[in-house]
This record gives sequence, C-alpha cells and structure tokens, in this order.
Amino acid sequence: MVDKLTLNMITQRSIEEGIAMEKGKTTQEYFEACSIIEMNEEDIRTLGLLPNQLVRVTSECGSVIVKAIKGRQTVYPGLAHIPQGVWSNQIVPPRTQATGEPQYSGFPVTVESARGEKRKSALECVQGAVGLWNGE
Amino acid sequence: MPKKIENVGCPYCGVCCDDLVVTVSDDGRKVLEVENACAIGNEIFQHASSEGRISLPRLRQPDGTYKDISYDEAVDYAARVLIKAKKPLIFGFGSTNCEGMAAAAKVAEKAGAVLDNCASICHGSSFLAIFDNGYPSCTLGETKNRADVIVYWGSNPAHAHPRHMSRYSIFPRGFFTGKGHKGRKIIVIDPRYTDTARVADIYVQVKQGQDYDLFNAFRTVIRGEDIPDEVAGVKKEQILQVAEILKKARFGTIFYGMGLCHSDGRNHNVDIAISMTRDLNDFTKWTIMAMRGHYNIAGPGVVWAWTTGYPYCIDMSKKDRAYMNPGETSSVDLAMRDEVDAFFNVGTDAGAHFPIEAVKHLKKHPWITIDPNICMASEISDLHIPVGIVGVEVPGIVYRMDNVPIQYRQVLNPPDGVISDEELFERIHQRISEIEAEEGITQTSAAAAGTQTSFVGE
Ligand code: SF4
Repeated sequence: MVDKLTLNMITQRSIEEGIAMEKGKTTQEYFEACSIIEMNEEDIRTLGLLPNQLVRVTSECGSVIVKAIKGRQTVYPGLAHIPQGVWSNQIVPPRTQATGEPQYSGFPVTVESARGEKRKSALECVQGAVGLWNGE
Repeated sequence: MPKKIENVGCPYCGVCCDDLVVTVSDDGRKVLEVENACAIGNEIFQHASSEGRISLPRLRQPDGTYKDISYDEAVDYAARVLIKAKKPLIFGFGSTNCEGMAAAAKVAEKAGAVLDNCASICHGSSFLAIFDNGYPSCTLGETKNRADVIVYWGSNPAHAHPRHMSRYSIFPRGFFTGKGHKGRKIIVIDPRYTDTARVADIYVQVKQGQDYDLFNAFRTVIRGEDIPDEVAGVKKEQILQVAEILKKARFGTIFYGMGLCHSDGRNHNVDIAISMTRDLNDFTKWTIMAMRGHYNIAGPGVVWAWTTGYPYCIDMSKKDRAYMNPGETSSVDLAMRDEVDAFFNVGTDAGAHFPIEAVKHLKKHPWITIDPNICMASEISDLHIPVGIVGVEVPGIVYRMDNVPIQYRQVLNPPDGVISDEELFERIHQRISEIEAEEGITQTSAAAAGTQTSFVGE
C-alpha cells in the first residue's frame, strides 16, 4: 500500500454526463455523473481505498476532489478517467502542442486519499476560481 | 388537441437524428412525448419546456448579483464591449444553427474579433490533418448501405453518439448490407474497455497516447513488412489478424474521436489515420470520418469557410484580412497568452469545458454569454443573453458529422420575448453601426481607403 500514486489521466464524454448536462450543470445528477474518477481495481487496492472513497487528484496545474470508483468501462492499471466536465477541467493542462487543443487526455496526476474532505459543487469550482463564489 | 410533429431533428450530437416524433401540447408550449430519441435527445426536449428558463438578459451588478435588463439594453452593452475591445474573442457555436453562425461572422468582422468554434478544443486536430493529407470520407448513408467492416478508434459512440451504432453501423440493414449485424465486423480500438468495446467483434486495447505507433504498425503490415512482437501494448498476432480483416473488407469506415485529437500527437494521430485509410484503398474501399460531437459543430466549419475562407481560429483583428493559425489564433492559446480583451461565449459552455486556467485568464475581461440555458459560463458572465433553443424553438440548417446539411424544425414557441441567435447578432451588428455613426468612429484605414470593405460574404 502507498499514500500516493501517479496515474495517466484521460477525460472523455459519458452518457451520464450528457443526460445530466441537459438537465442542468447545477443539478445533483450532473454532480454525481462528473465528480468521479474511474480507476483500475489494482490501483484502488494499492492506495488502500474503501469503496466510493474521496480522493484528491493533482496535476501540474491544480487539484480536485472526486469520488474513486471502479466504473463499468474499465481502465488498465496506471490509467484513470474523470468524465469530461467541470471537475476534470480543474486539472486539465491548458497546453495545446500548438494546435489549440488542451491536453484533455494523457497527463500525469497523483492520486491520494482525501478522507474527511468534501467535493466542491460545480458552481463552487467555477465561480470560486474567478472570485465570484459567495458560499451558497 | 396535442400536435404530433414528424421528422424532427435532435439538437444534441453529431448523429443529427432527424426521425424524431415529438408531440406538443395545444398551446405549443410543452413537449408531451418524444419518440425515437435516445436518453439525451429526450432530455433536451423535456428540458425546453421545464420551469426556470431565463427569458430576459441578465446584467451582473457591482454586488455580484444579476439584474434583468431588456434586449435593447443587452444589445447596446454587447455592441459597446465589442467596440471598446482591441481584440475580442467570439467562441462557441456547438449548439446553434448556420443562420446564427453567419450573422455572428458579420459581427466578428465588423468588430475586428477572433472568431472561433468548439472544433478549436475538439476536432481542430482533424482540420489540421485534413488540410495536410486530404479526407477520403463518405456519408453516413454510404456506411450504412455498404460497409461490412467498421472501426471505432478512440471514440465511444455508446456514450457520446448513442444512436450512431443503431442507425449507421452495427445494426441497420442497408442496401448492400442486408444481413445487418450478422454481416458486419466491428473493431474497437481504445485504451479503455468501453461500452462500445463491449459490443465489438474485436477489441484492441492500445496503450493510451500510443495510437500513432499502432497506426504505423498497421501500415507496415498492410505493406507486407514485419513488425516487433508487440506495439503500443498490442500483440503482433492481433495486429496481423485485424490488418487481414481490414484488407479483406468490401467497404470499410474508420470512425475516430477524441482519443486521437486530445492525446499526445493530436493532428499527427489523425494524419496517420488518413494515411492508413489511403493505403487500404490499394486493396479495397476504405473511408474515414471524424465523430463530430455537437449536432451542428460541422456547421461553422462550412459556413465560415465560405464566408471568411477559414473554418475556425479566424483572426479578423486586422480588419482588412482574415488570418488563421491554430496554436496562435486558437481560443485557449489566446486566453493563456492574455491576448484577447473581451470574451463572447456563444452556444457552448467554456466555463465548464475549458481548462480552468484558461477560464481564469478570460475572466479578467468582459465576458458575455449567449445561450438558452443556465450553465457555468452564464454564472460567471458579466452579461447573459438568453436565446431560443435551436431545433426546439428555432428552426434552421445544421450540418451533420458527415457534412450533410439538414433542415431542423421548430416544435415549441420560445418563452415570450426570447429571440434567436441570428436576430441577436443582426441587432448587435446594427447597434455597432449606429454607435459608430453617433460617435463618429471611423472604419479601419484599409476599409476607408477602399481596398477592402467586407470579406465576410452576405
Ligand atoms: S443519437 Fe444524438 S442526435 Fe440522435 S437522439 Fe441521441 S443525442 Fe440526439
């Protein structure tokens, strides 16, 4: 068991995100669909995580708290997936390899337990980043 | 009597299903039933008639709250922001019609703005590769009627394009593909064992970020040369097996997605996918298609290419000419270099879908959101202008992922007073002219000298 694990992060669409997004990005459905990280069981074990435990995921440009799950669409050990959306974009590097397209997939992150912490709401993530969050 | 409307187009993904049947209430205000749509399409129509729609523009106040204002006030505010900015950025257009895109291009030219669309962060890499290497593509109809081998590479239609497989690839019985599923082979290449991989005949697990290597291996064996025992995490035997299937197909289509465009290599991954398609045409008929995300994200590429000469990342700040250089004139790069001083978020949600670092940079300047719904962008804007939902409340032309234009319908009336993107941009255009006339603002020197007055076609 280790405290911290370095994984390769990808962020892609999910149908749950698609449906929830049309309901609205401030809904509970969107929160549940997007504030998760899908990891391989082996990596979950290596970190000694309990089912559905919160983790802190940190990239070269920020960090975010999400819920760790195995997920139906599985990844191999060393790979991890956060669905496209507000939470993934808290850590996606804006570098574009001179194409305009940010590094949405294939960037290193560290994952560690965040027991006792809380996931931020979508609004807290985004409004908080630009100084507009008033704590409601 | 409730009214049943047939052949309705779905304004969500690039599959552009146009076989929906929507039943609306007497007064044309509520959707009662949606037939044929997937879960996402269904949600769009249901959401349109839900409570809580915004029907007036909202302007941010000094205390951080929003105050309702009139459309006239909003148009005036937007026009003044554009006049004042040296290099405004008008971005988005994933979810609007071609009519709105054309009107926005006129505004961008007048304001000397950078005009960009969601391809910039999505299939922009495809544009770059296609410019360099061509696009041996086809229509979805051809795939449905002819293809007996289909490859999904770095794309996951089960999640992002839910009816793609049932309408065009795995299940339908086409003219020359009468056996439907039985007569077709589906190959899925992806680092994740996705729900699309689950329904494939062959799943190839490529190591994330090593697609280029795998394409190279396929090209090598297709040419009859040898490869190492394992490439990109895939065993040689499987590469040989798949290459044989590709060569023996009667007609094949490679559908690829963000797995190629968002990973290391970007446009080079797409470039070599196109080259492999070309190689395969030495043996049989192969085609390739980008799985465009939104229902009309192919639209701005088409509309702006004929109005400005370029499909995206169009810098018109020099006013007398349009200039495109992704990496330099692309939205996220401009944001990160602090090169733009006003941001218009149109029919998209940069607040949720840009890396947050880029959002922080853009937020240093006026931010205006034009979108029917409350989204992350609207909730950090200085001004939010609601518009009618295209395909539900506003009709118009959209381009499907294979660049086939489709006329979308109106099934509901928009909330009272809410206008379309097209009308909004026309009014902003007119207001800029009025303000310039009132304040005696002169046009750019080039235009004044008569060398060029407009490069955005009407
Ligand atoms: S597949 Fe796409 S276009 Fe078709 S109904 Fe679903 S979301 Fe709409």
